[in-house]
Parts: sequence; structure tokens; C-alpha cells
Amino acid sequence: MTYEIILAGFGGQGILFLGKMIALAGMIDGKEVSWIPSYGPEMRGGTANCSVVVSDRRIGTPVVTHPNVLVAMNRPSLEKFESTIQPGGHLLINKTLIEIPHTRQDIDVTYLEITALAGELGNPRLANIVALGGLIGRVGLVSRDAVIEALKKELSGKKAALLDLNLKALDAGQQAVLLPA
Amino acid sequence: MKVLMKGNEALSEAAIRAGATLYFGYPITPQNEVGEYMSRRLPTIPGGAYIQAETEVASINMVYGAVSTGRRAMTSSSSPGISLMMEGISYLAGAELPAVVVSIMRGGPGLGNINPEQADYFQATKGGGHGSYRMIVLAPASVQEMTDLTVLAFDLADKYRNPVMVIADGNLGQMMEPVELKDSYPNNYDHSAWALTGAKGRKGHTITSIYLDADEMEDYIHKLYRKYGEIERVETRHEEFLTQDADVVIVAYGIVSRVVRSAVELLRAEGIKAGMVRPITLWPYPKAVLRKLAETATFFLACEMSMGQMVEDVQLSVEGRRPVYFYGRSGGNVPTPAEVVAAVRQRM
Repeated sequence: MTYEIILAGFGGQGILFLGKMIALAGMIDGKEVSWIPSYGPEMRGGTANCSVVVSDRRIGTPVVTHPNVLVAMNRPSLEKFESTIQPGGHLLINKTLIEIPHTRQDIDVTYLEITALAGELGNPRLANIVALGGLIGRVGLVSRDAVIEALKKELSGKKAALLDLNLKALDAGQQAVLLPA
Repeated sequence: MKVLMKGNEALSEAAIRAGATLYFGYPITPQNEVGEYMSRRLPTIPGGAYIQAETEVASINMVYGAVSTGRRAMTSSSSPGISLMMEGISYLAGAELPAVVVSIMRGGPGLGNINPEQADYFQATKGGGHGSYRMIVLAPASVQEMTDLTVLAFDLADKYRNPVMVIADGNLGQMMEPVELKDSYPNNYDHSAWALTGAKGRKGHTITSIYLDADEMEDYIHKLYRKYGEIERVETRHEEFLTQDADVVIVAYGIVSRVVRSAVELLRAEGIKAGMVRPITLWPYPKAVLRKLAETATFFLACEMSMGQMVEDVQLSVEGRRPVYFYGRSGGNVPTPAEVVAAVRQRM
């Protein structure tokens, strides 16, 4: 299996960190992984996206043009990338910030109150980890254990105090997609 | 133990572990992580120094001075900045100094953009600077190779007293992949016979590239070319993928070789016998392997993120025995496996 993932939103939503956590968790799971930001001239507050590939096989290009997993954290991201998703692919929509519906009928779509759930935990900046919880709950992608290990690795030293909150955000996202709508 | 690192950071750490303690550079995207990393790490290392130079012209000349003392030193830049370093690289080659220059290519010509390209192939492999000289050019295709070939670059530079360039596109600089680094890499080269270390108690050394007499200059150039001949014989490196029975040989380096590998698998699944040759050294170029494959292949296709530069080396290698076609993208666009498959089918 090869997951070709695009994570998209606006600057400050932790898109690149989310991608790094997926790649790191994939690596811990023993998969081949790559991560690459769209590093074009972006403005602060503009759009940010990155490509992550998690695969059982050697990875060709790290740049994803037709994802089978898309996380749209804001409306411009949904509008820009929905049409590029592979048939049968997964789409995770941040329902809090995206008021328009999806249009594709040939993909698996999950609506999740990503920003709202992060807000309930006291910090909207946890939205990326709520999304990660949603991804592992709905798509699988990487193992929950590996994600927790990745978070522990990344949130060490000065950032260790943030670990508990991040784990709560992960749970919130995962449980929300598992609950019946 | 594997760690997840960006290409630019991984090559920087590899350089440090290979004993490079001196870095001089000027910021330019998409290679800024190199300078950033070096500025953080080198001041913590005994004898280490990081200097942000005032220009790329200054950076390369600071490298010239630093390596003259026998120390391992490097600089890095991207396309417009590398252009500014060309004079200095010619001087390094002329003075037979071991230096490592990392080039993370972006879009051009001119200011271009900060997207990945491979359009500085000519500049790296065919001179770029003035005069009769050659630079060893290494082309990694993964973050792991960004580290491995950087270590090799320092070894080759010291072994041959010659500038070595590690050349990659912006994607390889920016992407993260798992990478395994050794704690340290051996540096077994003794430069005491020529390095400028202070002449107290011994005869002074001179490092120069000036030879005013015609015959003396010619003798010196011949000496350089004997060295280049030796490098061509001993240091040519490449990788082959499914070439043994290949009718179609696709030639690609760096990030494009990864796309081509996927394309070869797709073509094989369709019953088309495709294979790939990936030059790892862009100079010296793996001519012999391509010439040999010209005996069995039907045609060659060079794939690049440029309007066609390495394709000329494929043509020179094949010597007209087989058709050589080209497929490329520019401006920061990366070819897809489907595009490469289509380019092959179009010629069937």
C-alpha cells in the first residue's frame, strides 16, 4: 500500500508539523516515507501545503500531484485539491472552517470539527493533531502507537509540557471520527 | 539509527562528521537550511567557524583561503549564487585545492524562481569557470545520498586536490527522508606537504595558479589533465535498473531518476522492456556503460528538469549508434511517471 498524502491549510495551522508527524510515525512503523513542503513564495497567513508519502515500497517522486489522502484545513485547500484526489481516495474536511460541501461522489469523505475540537481543548493550534487523530481513526495510515512515539520524540525537552495536550488532541480527533454521525 | 531529516540539513551534518569545520556562505533559497544548520553547529565545535559572507564571490574565496591551510571547508548556494562562484572554482581547480561546493539548483535563467530545476548541468560539468579544468560533480537522488555523497565529495577533493560539487535540485534539499549517519567519517589525508600552515622551521609553500611562461603553463595543464584522466578511469559511478534486456534505456539523475524508476516499472508492467541508467558522477560521466548498452538497446531517452543538457552527454556516449530522445520539464515542474511513459510510447 502506498499513501500519497496532501495536507493543506493556511500558514499557522501546523501543516508542516502534521506532515512530519505522519512521516516520522511511518518510519517508526517500518515504512518508506518522504515529506516535502510546497516551498514556493508563500505569504504569512497564505496557503501552506505539504506532500507526504508512506509506502511499503521504495518511493519515486516525493511530490504528490494526485493524492489518495487529502486533508483540507481551510476552504481554499478544498477548492484547490478536491479535483486531484484519486478515485476511491480519502478526504478529511475541517468542518469548522469550511462551510461549503464537497462535490466528488467517488471518494470517501469525513467531516470533522477540527478547529472547534482544538478550541475545546483550549488551543486552536492543536488542530493539526486533531486532524492526525481523525486520519488514524478513519484511514489508518500509520499506527496509533507510532504516532504517540513520534509525538514523544518531537515534543521533548522544552516542549515536553505540550505532550499531554497533544495526546488529548489526538484522542479527540480519533474518537470523533469513530462516533456515529 | 535512522532519523528523519531534510536533505539540506542531512548533508550539513554529514559534512561536519566528515571533519568539515569551516563554512562560508550567503543565503539563497532553496538551500538556506545548510547555512542555518552550520551557523548553529559549527561554533560549538573546537576550531569550527561559520561566516556569512557579504557575497557568494566572497564565500568561495574564503573557502579558497581556508582549504589552503589543509582544513576541510565548504560553501553552498543555489543557481544565481553558484554563477557568482565560478571564477573562484576555476581558481580552486587551477591551484589544485580540495574544496566542496554544494549546489541546490533552482529555476533560471536570471533570477528565475525558487522551484527545483536541473538546468545548471552545463555550468557544473562543462566548465562554468574559465580555463582548462574539470570539477568532479556528484548527483545524489535521496536524502541518504545527500549525506553519503557529501562525505565522498570531501574524500575525492582531498584525494585529488580538486574542487568537488555536490549538485541536487531544490526538492532534494527541501525534502525529508529517513537517513542513517555514522558518528564520524575517517579523514586520512595528510596535506602537510603543500598546505599553508606557517613556514617556521621549514621551507615555505606556495599555492598559485599563475604560470607566465607558455611551456610551463602547458606542462602544468598537462599535469592537471593526467589527473583528470585518472579520475575518469577510477571514479566514474552510476546505477543501473533493469538494463540487462532493455530495449529502451532511460537516462536520468537526481530526483528525476526516482520518477523514471517508477516509469520503468509501469512500462515493464505493459510489457515494454525499459531500463534506467542513473549517473551518480555527472563528471566523470558514465560514457562506457551507455556505449555498451547502445549495442543492445533500440533507443535512449534522457529525462531532465531542464530543456535538455545531460542529453548531450548521452549523445556523445552513444556516438550516433542509436537514436537519443529527450523529455524534460522546466520552471519547477517535476515530470510524472505517466509523462515519462507517454514520452517512451510516443517513440515506440
